Amino acid sequence: MATENPQPERVNYLNKEYGVGSWLLTTDHKRIALLYLISITFFFFIGGFFALLIRLELLTPAGDLVQADTYNKLFTMHGMVMIFFFLIPSIPAVLGNFLVPMMIGAKDLAFPRINLLSWYLYIIGGVMMLHCMLTGGVDTGWTFYTPFSTAYTNTKIVEAGLAIFVAGFSSILTGLNFVVTIHRMRAPGMTWSRLPLFIWAHYATSIIQILGTPVVAITIVLVAVERTLHLGIFDPKLGGDPLLFQHLFWFYSHPAVYIMILPSMGIVSEIIACFSRKRIFGYSFVALSSIAIAVFGFLVWAHHMFVAGISVYAALIFSLLSYAVAVPSAVKVFNWTATLYKGSIHYDAPMLYAFGFLGLFTMGGLTGLFLAALGINVHVTDTYFVVAHFHYIMVGGAVMGYLGGMHFWWPKISGKLYPEGWARLAALIVFIGFNLTFFPQFILGYVGMPRRYYQYPPEFQVLNVLSTAGATVLGVGYLLPMIYFLWSMRYGKPAPDNPWNAAGLEWKTASPPPTFNFDEEPVVTWEAYNYEQLDGARKEEVPVAG
Amino acid sequence: MSEHSSSPLKTYVTIWLTLLAGTALTVYAATVDLGHFNAAVALTIASCKALLVALFFMHIRGASEKLVKLVVIATVFFLFILLALSMADYGTRAWS
Amino acid sequence: MALAKRRFPLPDSQTIPGQTVAVHGEGHNPALLHHFAEQQQQRDAASLGMWIFLATEVMFFGGLFCAYLIYRLKYFAEFSAASKTLALSLGATNTAVLICSSLTVVLAVYAAQHAKRSMLLGNLILTIILGFVFLGIKAVEYNEKFEKHHVPGPSFQFNEVNIPGHPGQYANPSHAQIFFALYFVMTGLHALHMIIGIGIFVWLLTAAWKGRFTPQYNTPVEIGGLYWHFVDIIWIYLFPLLYLIDRHP
Repeated sequence: MATENPQPERVNYLNKEYGVGSWLLTTDHKRIALLYLISITFFFFIGGFFALLIRLELLTPAGDLVQADTYNKLFTMHGMVMIFFFLIPSIPAVLGNFLVPMMIGAKDLAFPRINLLSWYLYIIGGVMMLHCMLTGGVDTGWTFYTPFSTAYTNTKIVEAGLAIFVAGFSSILTGLNFVVTIHRMRAPGMTWSRLPLFIWAHYATSIIQILGTPVVAITIVLVAVERTLHLGIFDPKLGGDPLLFQHLFWFYSHPAVYIMILPSMGIVSEIIACFSRKRIFGYSFVALSSIAIAVFGFLVWAHHMFVAGISVYAALIFSLLSYAVAVPSAVKVFNWTATLYKGSIHYDAPMLYAFGFLGLFTMGGLTGLFLAALGINVHVTDTYFVVAHFHYIMVGGAVMGYLGGMHFWWPKISGKLYPEGWARLAALIVFIGFNLTFFPQFILGYVGMPRRYYQYPPEFQVLNVLSTAGATVLGVGYLLPMIYFLWSMRYGKPAPDNPWNAAGLEWKTASPPPTFNFDEEPVVTWEAYNYEQLDGARKEEVPVAG
Repeated sequence: MSEHSSSPLKTYVTIWLTLLAGTALTVYAATVDLGHFNAAVALTIASCKALLVALFFMHIRGASEKLVKLVVIATVFFLFILLALSMADYGTRAWS
Repeated sequence: MALAKRRFPLPDSQTIPGQTVAVHGEGHNPALLHHFAEQQQQRDAASLGMWIFLATEVMFFGGLFCAYLIYRLKYFAEFSAASKTLALSLGATNTAVLICSSLTVVLAVYAAQHAKRSMLLGNLILTIILGFVFLGIKAVEYNEKFEKHHVPGPSFQFNEVNIPGHPGQYANPSHAQIFFALYFVMTGLHALHMIIGIGIFVWLLTAAWKGRFTPQYNTPVEIGGLYWHFVDIIWIYLFPLLYLIDRHP
């Protein structure tokens, strides 16, 4: 049972009001963050379920678990759910919503009601997608290329497309809210150069959400119109160009991968600073590299189309630009490493996830450069090499960062401490399971196993079995935090305001915070990551104001 | 933006008349055979009209902060990227 | 002055004893939302929010402009032929209508800022009327296209239409259909935004009628105006691109 408190429980955002209505009609960014947490976890399991079926099928070379058409639906739904209903919202909608106002010293986001609307749009899109899946699903791959998706497939493209369209507006409104909040709601003294790197990362992410998502939205509209009216915008038989679809689709979908990774990078900055007890090395470089990634990320989309039929001159340009976009990411990795150097390293669970991120993101990023080279690209396009590459970034990078962030801020969010021993074990299991799942896929891809195939030559079986085994381990690793986070809400030790003695305004208020975040509006007079001050002044309180 | 920032009414009417004149001009220019320049002329006139609306009717000109100008410029820039880099493909396909 | 009715009211009970809330001065504007420190901050946030929303709209239409650009270059002949079938006078009139409506909008904003009630109401009403005129003319045009079988889909016909400047050469109906597909999607999406704009201005008119806008608080008029001007700007580009491809006699 919870330890007895000598004084009555403080009023915080969780216990201020009870009842379903107070949650479903809330405008408190922290409650909305928790609403999102529940919903995206739900969709994570749906997407994971499809992954499980895929890996089960791939245990044997023959296509024996499901039919070919069904397999097409499995990988399509896995991709659509994981990308649009888990990865894209995850960190911004959960940790971003919760922390952005607190980190800048504000009472809430700029537009709290639009924040709630964002969540409802996400739910509506999610319900539409669920209905689509339950009534037949889609089999085009998450990329729904034309003319297959517009003229040939019999599956529910329009419905799935509209579900994504609605969820896309949720994403746009979140981004809009963050940008306005960061510009207009910073507490006195919170200058741009004092902002936590988490904020810079979310600012950059929001730029991408705002500028990129509308383009995929209009693409979906065009696909829906073409499919219903049998037009020829993308149909070569009627004079259309299928590559136009791909250009419009990837103009968003490439920057979308930066939506998925940038927030995770922001989290890693916070964790590494805290558990090395040091200011992030090269703060301005890391901050500006987030913006650079957002900008450059819009210049490289056709590297997904190298073998699709674009002109070789365009391919040259996009290849060069793709090398350029890797530079800011590398800048971050070098700066994080330099932060670790001569730091006072603590191996708490969040830090284990951050270490995992560093290694796995680097591998994913480097293999991205392999893919950016036209020669290699021709060899490994549409093979498991690509699958491994993006899972290293999205799972080894984004999800690790997300889990690290959930552990790091869990005491703040819930007011309880999670069990550290179990958390470190889970982190280790996730790391091992991840590598066992996806490293064999690099090899599989390189030796020629195509992606989106449900059968393969027998000589590939060993690697596939290893991959499936790894997926099982990974699944265990994901289940453990679900279990002990829930456990901690009832049985965990109450958390102090700042269990990590971390820098940042969010740690200067109670765990869990009051509804309006701060008892008094903070006035910031210190630089970000003032760990020397924090560690030196452990005996006395660091003043909030003045 | 504070209360005193709106331009005087005279400016609004002048811009309005200019926009109408621009419309007439673009219709006239379309009837003249300028070959490939027809499109360029039409887009130039349209862009001037859009600029006038943005600067004077949407009050970008009087804006105290650079932020709004940055938002507009950034948006136009990324739209331009979409168009230009797509054309990098379509424009060079014939060369291969 | 009447309080703006908020869907999710923030009751004063949210001030918990012992927790000071924010620095509202005595007699602050009732339209000030509780998470803002002052009116100017709220206004600046609303304005920036609307500008960013317009940025998303630019990119939304931008995808269509990209498709248009590519197909116009690819099928210039068919685009010329198809464009010529559009009613130039109606398109030009609509352009003028929208330009006039932008004037009435900016006059309405001015009126709100200077507490000129009848000027405000009059211009809001005029804006709405002009919006309906635009939609009416559009309906006439769409009807004409429907009758001529230029609506893309199963009943589309574009047979034996000469390519301008090349007598004896006929336009390829499939390629012309692409023009009309883009025409309807672009103008249709634009019309949808007009309808939403009219809705916004009807709401502004009701609020203005109730006297809700003052020189201290007229942000909704201002940002509603921004939206309307944006819709005007889109049409400023649509008109020459769709109607004026080749009008040489």
